[in-house]
Amino acid sequence: MDELIIANRRFTSRLLIGTGKFSSSKVMAEAVEAAGAQIVTVALRRIDITNQNDDMLAAIDRSKYLLLPNTSGARTADEAVRLSRLARAATGINWVKLEVTPDPYYLLPDPVETLKAAEILVKEGFVVLPYINADPILSKKLQDVGTATVMPLASPIGSNQGLKTRAAIEIIIEQANVPVVVDAGLGLPSHAAEAMEMGADAVLVNTAIATAAEPAKMAHAFKLAVEAGRTAFLSGAAAESKKANASSPLTGFLRNE
Amino acid sequence: MTMTITAQHIDIKKILADRGLDGCGRDIWTKRLGDITPAEVEWALSRQPGYYVLDRLLILVSPAAENYLEQMAQLSHQLTLQRFGKTVRLYAPLYLSNFCVNDCVYCGFNKSHDFPRIRLTIEQAVAEADVIAKEGFKDLLLVSSEDRSFISVDYLCELAGKLRPKFSSLSVEIYQMNTEEYAKLFASGIEGVTLYQETYDRDTYSKYHPAGPKADYDYRLSAPESMAQAGMREIGIGALLGLDNWRLETLALAEHAHYLMKRYWQSRVSFSFPRLRPAKDVDRSQFNLLSDKNLVQMILALRLCFADAGLTISTREPAHLRDHLVKLGITRMSAGSKTNPGGYSGSTGSVEQFEIDDKRTPAQIAAMLKSQGLEPVWKDWDSAFSETSPIGGPAFTRA
Repeated sequence: MDELIIANRRFTSRLLIGTGKFSSSKVMAEAVEAAGAQIVTVALRRIDITNQNDDMLAAIDRSKYLLLPNTSGARTADEAVRLSRLARAATGINWVKLEVTPDPYYLLPDPVETLKAAEILVKEGFVVLPYINADPILSKKLQDVGTATVMPLASPIGSNQGLKTRAAIEIIIEQANVPVVVDAGLGLPSHAAEAMEMGADAVLVNTAIATAAEPAKMAHAFKLAVEAGRTAFLSGAAAESKKANASSPLTGFLRNE
Repeated sequence: MTMTITAQHIDIKKILADRGLDGCGRDIWTKRLGDITPAEVEWALSRQPGYYVLDRLLILVSPAAENYLEQMAQLSHQLTLQRFGKTVRLYAPLYLSNFCVNDCVYCGFNKSHDFPRIRLTIEQAVAEADVIAKEGFKDLLLVSSEDRSFISVDYLCELAGKLRPKFSSLSVEIYQMNTEEYAKLFASGIEGVTLYQETYDRDTYSKYHPAGPKADYDYRLSAPESMAQAGMREIGIGALLGLDNWRLETLALAEHAHYLMKRYWQSRVSFSFPRLRPAKDVDRSQFNLLSDKNLVQMILALRLCFADAGLTISTREPAHLRDHLVKLGITRMSAGSKTNPGGYSGSTGSVEQFEIDDKRTPAQIAAMLKSQGLEPVWKDWDSAFSETSPIGGPAFTRA
């Protein structure tokens, strides 16, 4: 069975969903359902993590979905670490999507602070999924300190521009020892399919689904695209492996020697 | 000997003066605005929206662009939807004092107006905040006139300490402070400051601010920088609409925002649109009041130049207008506001700073947003962000 494994947890879905920008928690929950998602990320700044009745938290069935708190809004490693600790203390969840975005406009991740925070959090026992620019070296450094995934951006968050960082993400995938989750900027199901065809292990989508006229329908479209892209990748991988094992028609004659 | 001019020497004062946007180029800009043609507007609308260029903003705020408001609105709606999603943040103002040392001609709290003044003690302010918190608010704006002797920096810090457990976000709209004072506020958990230049035209500024600490245009202009240097996350700027030509004010305001965004890249700049409202003992006839159409054009033009800027509208504006503005680019609004100190708990019966227009309750505002397919966002911040003071940190020494 083709499973996504992050920190020893197994998932059959390769589509992660972000929960911002929806018109209501109800619409969000319907979209998550339609996406067939198993991992749902929530901005700690948007929820009252200590309150069981928080509107958004209440809409996410924790028995069905892994709730992945994120540190969106943090400008420094210190802030991200503090938020993560609070979230863990309040919920027992030790997974965190690490976001350190000091620029409030493009929300691009700070590589220096992200690496610093990742190192601290991993040491404290967190499962860390860092949001990063598509930087292969940073990717390796994060894996060296023990992050559970890397989450390179396809293009600036919310921009719907698709895979603008394709060349760098190809290198990240090629070199990765942990799952690569392409995060941010995927505006259409075809963008998600493209990322999966390249060999990304999963994708995370929010804006494209939340701001669609019919979010649940769009979530379903992304689900199909991710499955199609994954299947294509696996088919491609099989074909490539066959090619590598094939007899060599050009030098086959040498076998007789 | 020649002097080398470096980027450090260029401040907002010089930028506005060089561009003629502090009033010295009034005639040139007025003529340029009048000369804009429909073809230029169409060109501007064909460009990718969301990026600031002064010449494009000039076109978008021109009289010629008034015939293209629907197209501007469609673009603005799409852009806002993409960047902010189907959400509108809600906040409430808490007025602390209406004692004032300033003499602003347009303001109900003007020191020369004779009415019983009110100051809330910290205990009274907390009681007011409790009423606001019960209504569901997590985002609180503390407002006060220039009453330093009572609403001191220490008062605000102490109050912030008491309010932090009840609110996820605290900001102030208050008399101007210096960087050290803003840093104290930030350390106490206040992470945003709103302060309007009121008008960017020097002569108009002098006319409306004849006396008091606020009479100094240049000092006023330096305020947002001080906030950023103190580490403030949210910096609200604006012009008091009605004092001068709104088209020129918008250009200066945008230059100011652009300057702040480039220089203090870790603070988010947001725009407010305070339109002059009737106030006690204030004669309206002397002002250049904006029509709804003017206000809408200004909002749209700024959104089309600043894709990610927060755009705030208060309860100064009437309900029917606010209901439409949330689809045109507005991302944050107040609800159920009382602009008189003590107004929420109803204990004081004090004078308002200005008359509010949209008198609906917060629950009614939330219902209005939902009926438009928008989620009312009460909480979009967390007090956990504000544990440390960034003063001396690497991010704030570059200025």
